[in-house]
Amino acid sequence: MSLWDRMFVFEDYGELLSLLHHSVIAGAVLGVVCGVISVFVAYRDLAFAVHGVSELSFAGAAGFLLLGANVVTGSLIGAVLAALLIGLMGERARDRNSFIGVLMPFGLGLGVLFLALYKGRAANKFGLLTGQIVAVDASRLAVLSLISGVVLVALLVLWRPLTFASLDPEVATARGVPVRLLGLVFMLLLGATVAAAIQVVGALLVLAIVCTPGAAATMVTARRGLAAALSVLFATASTVGGILLALGGTLPISPYITTLSFACYLGCRAFAAVRNRRSRRGRPSDRHQQARPEDEQRTARLVATPATRPLSSTSAHPPAP
Amino acid sequence: MSSSGLVLRIRDGSVGYGTRVLWSGLDLDVAPGEFLAVLGPNGVGKTTLLRVALGLYPLRTGTITISGRPPHRGSGQIGYVPQHRATAPLASVLARELVRFGLDGRRWGPGWPSRAARHQVDRALAAVDAEALAGRPVAGLSGGELQRVRVAQALATEPALLLCDEPLASLDAPRREALSALIDRRRHTHGTAVVFVTHDINPILPYVDRVLYLAAAGHRLGPAADVLASKSLSTLHETDVTVDWSAGRIFISGVPDSSRDLQGVR
Repeated sequence: MSLWDRMFVFEDYGELLSLLHHSVIAGAVLGVVCGVISVFVAYRDLAFAVHGVSELSFAGAAGFLLLGANVVTGSLIGAVLAALLIGLMGERARDRNSFIGVLMPFGLGLGVLFLALYKGRAANKFGLLTGQIVAVDASRLAVLSLISGVVLVALLVLWRPLTFASLDPEVATARGVPVRLLGLVFMLLLGATVAAAIQVVGALLVLAIVCTPGAAATMVTARRGLAAALSVLFATASTVGGILLALGGTLPISPYITTLSFACYLGCRAFAAVRNRRSRRGRPSDRHQQARPEDEQRTARLVATPATRPLSSTSAHPPAP
Repeated sequence: MSSSGLVLRIRDGSVGYGTRVLWSGLDLDVAPGEFLAVLGPNGVGKTTLLRVALGLYPLRTGTITISGRPPHRGSGQIGYVPQHRATAPLASVLARELVRFGLDGRRWGPGWPSRAARHQVDRALAAVDAEALAGRPVAGLSGGELQRVRVAQALATEPALLLCDEPLASLDAPRREALSALIDRRRHTHGTAVVFVTHDINPILPYVDRVLYLAAAGHRLGPAADVLASKSLSTLHETDVTVDWSAGRIFISGVPDSSRDLQGVR
């Protein structure tokens, strides 16, 4: 059997599809929630945190697998705990990143230990790291949908202040937005999302659907609504497309998903590069702080308008009529 | 003027962190349309004064009112203009959306596009001659353009009081003057009071009604010519400080540890 034939198997496809339709639905649900949260991951520069959370989530899942308990619960506990710790480390990226660098190998090490001690089916072990389709049954799909629903509703409610706090924290603080609290709540939502995503794509490759779509979308547009829509589109296309491609074969699901997601990113990069080259040709020196003629004129006009008033004016100055 | 007509009123205010007192015994009245400059070396509590007015930090003693009421977080009565920073995440926002943050960014919900909000955003941008910037990503704006949009953001709720925390820092001289003139124009057209924290008084000198000078040994409030004088600053700093006025500009020398700041060199 050639390599190509091993990668893309479509025998008895219709039958498999009906058998594994839970996985396809799970992929679509995950695509939507990961696509939305991915935009905020890009705004808040949290790619590394996603990776840290997913390793701890993996440790939790592996621990619960060893104990014979519910894997989703274990993964959720690990992810939320890690997200909370990272969130408490504060907003400064430097502190946060070194803390994640410390936390991550510890989580991965724990996970490896739990898996080594586990005597059950090897597929269960490998699936936690690289994802699997067959693991999604009706009850797991229900749990995934519940988590995704809660995260989506919470994000819709928090949308405006969270965007403000993510993109413009100084003014957001001045305007009374609880910036730190929102950061912490966001980390919890991120933890829950990562725990859900791990069930399908595996711990190692969660970044492909929680980080890549938002990074790609925010690269091509500064319109926030459009960025969110594109991100959801990319994430859903990657998960559903990846699952459909992986369905017939025996290979893990994640390479299909990560490749599709990476292709979206490459496409966006190319688009942005072409567009920037075009706009540079059209508007010279626009991106720099160089003085431009129109700006200069405006400056002159504004400075000229108010007459210089005597400096000895007294305290309260009534507004001009 | 009756106290209820005042935009900002502080009586016997003091503030500090832990055991350290930053300033005390401060009585400050700011009337509608007044332009108050707040000067002083680093670490004397200039920004803390703004934080107190924003309701983010409490006075230790004394009282403060904003338009006759105690300050509260997120009040639409106050606009806030920060220092210019080329921050990475901001790059992926349109200027129009940055202004919209100032209008209703603190409210819950997704914030769907609305005609009323758009109208208010357009009006705020027009107030700083920045209509043409509305659809541009913040990443593509020059420092001066971004600060103009920042003022529009602060004006979006039509505040009675504009708090500016070194908005001119890291701008070049022509843009400092342009932005100062813009802020001055607003108080004449709308009676917006301005409290302007700065290291460099010169760009705003033509507009300033009064100066509040904060120093470690105390503070002084009054017309610029009275406060920014050799005798007054020497008393405040408990050392010899020389103030030279020439051609409508002020040069201060001899302030301990902060002479660079006061010339706006940073």
